[in-house]
Amino acid sequence: MDIKATVLSILSDLTGEDFADRMDEDLYASGLLDSMASVQMLLSIQEQLGVPVPVSEFNRDEWSTPNKIVAKVESLENE
Amino acid sequence: MINLQPYSNPQYFLILLAALLPIIIGLYFGKRLKIYEALFTLVFLVLTFGGVKWQEGINLLLWLVFEFCLTFAYQHYRKQGKNKTSIFYLTVILAIIPLTVTKFMTTQPAGSVPFVVGFLGISYVTFKTVQVIMELRDGTIKQVDPGTYLRFLLFFPTISSGPIDRYRRFKQDYDKAPSRSDYITDMQYAVRYIFQGFLYKFIIGWFFGTLWLPKIEHQALAVGNMVGGLKLSWWVVAYMYCYSMYLFFDFAGYSLFAVGISYFMGIHTPMNFNQPFKSKNIKDFWNRWHITLSFWFRDFIYMRFTFWAMKKKLIKNRIRLSQASYLIDFLIMGFWHGLTWYYIVYGIYHALAIIINDIWLRFKRKHQKQIPHNKFTEAFAIFLTFHVVCFSFLIFSGFLSQLWFGWK
Repeated sequence: MDIKATVLSILSDLTGEDFADRMDEDLYASGLLDSMASVQMLLSIQEQLGVPVPVSEFNRDEWSTPNKIVAKVESLENE
Repeated sequence: MINLQPYSNPQYFLILLAALLPIIIGLYFGKRLKIYEALFTLVFLVLTFGGVKWQEGINLLLWLVFEFCLTFAYQHYRKQGKNKTSIFYLTVILAIIPLTVTKFMTTQPAGSVPFVVGFLGISYVTFKTVQVIMELRDGTIKQVDPGTYLRFLLFFPTISSGPIDRYRRFKQDYDKAPSRSDYITDMQYAVRYIFQGFLYKFIIGWFFGTLWLPKIEHQALAVGNMVGGLKLSWWVVAYMYCYSMYLFFDFAGYSLFAVGISYFMGIHTPMNFNQPFKSKNIKDFWNRWHITLSFWFRDFIYMRFTFWAMKKKLIKNRIRLSQASYLIDFLIMGFWHGLTWYYIVYGIYHALAIIINDIWLRFKRKHQKQIPHNKFTEAFAIFLTFHVVCFSFLIFSGFLSQLWFGWK
């Protein structure tokens, strides 16, 4: 399954917003994501894409925008 | 033999800077003098834990040997490809046993424990080991380098009271020397931080903590004993404000020293405070107050617990789960401060505050149109948060225990 589409659908489930045109928006600065939502996001990524993301892999700076999330998931998948 | 407590007086800085000079010159020329740095650390550790504090020094050594064996045994175990949850829990529990025992022993009546327990900074170094063990479990750290690990744990500027750095971040800085222009910028920050620290700790902190606080305390106790009952008076309110200011300026000042000295050594130890009294709500406050501690709790307790509970479908309702996580998070933080009622109440109080804050934020989001948002509501939010926080510091100070039960 396409990583970008899945990430966007996970984000839209979590925030109720579509980020297809806003791939560089900082999700933490705008308050759309918090720790709780981040955990849900990691878990959804794991369940829907089969890419395990340990919590300590999670660093807000590296996961702050839709583009960064996609890149991070891709790099973890290739590991 | 002499004993010097870190950052305790201005003379200390002269000695420290003189000893740092070779490191500074080395970094200026793009070289990290690792051997000299190790010697420097050793000398300052001996100054801190030598002399009258020699027993603490022994405890530190024993602690180090123990945590080293534990970390590398666990790494060895992980390298065999094994990853049992029970072994992971066991390792973490063993890692925090020295701290737990120390916290427990220090609550015993004075004189009942015939030896010196723990050492200065044990709470902070314990965070560092636990973090490394958790990352070994997750596989985000695959191999701990013994030399770097030792330097990370004993990194002198932060050993006594943080800020709490992370192994991977520290190693990144430590493995290279900054470029000259970066290092010059670092030094400019370092000087600024250290002078700001002087202003905070030795001037403003002195007024609040040394000059005014004892007088207010004396008055509050005297008037309290006169009025009886809950022994409350306006002096208790004064104590609350004065103590809160003292706590901030003393601790933020100390943290600025630690960060400033780290920058001189080419290590970007993270900042601990970011104008906490400007916080608009409690969540905002914990992003600005004792940041490295609250982020440690966020990453290694709150998020891990939430992840685990969500995966096991322990609590299905997302709101309930986040509330349970907050309670656990802050309760553990309370216990970490010490096994006394007021630290634990402080933890529960902050958990409740942040839960109420979340309820309010949800309500506000739903009724965005009806709820006004302007300069005045923002000023009110800051005012309210400030007072919620100051009251928590009054609990934290232990003064209420002194007032009501005669002991701290």
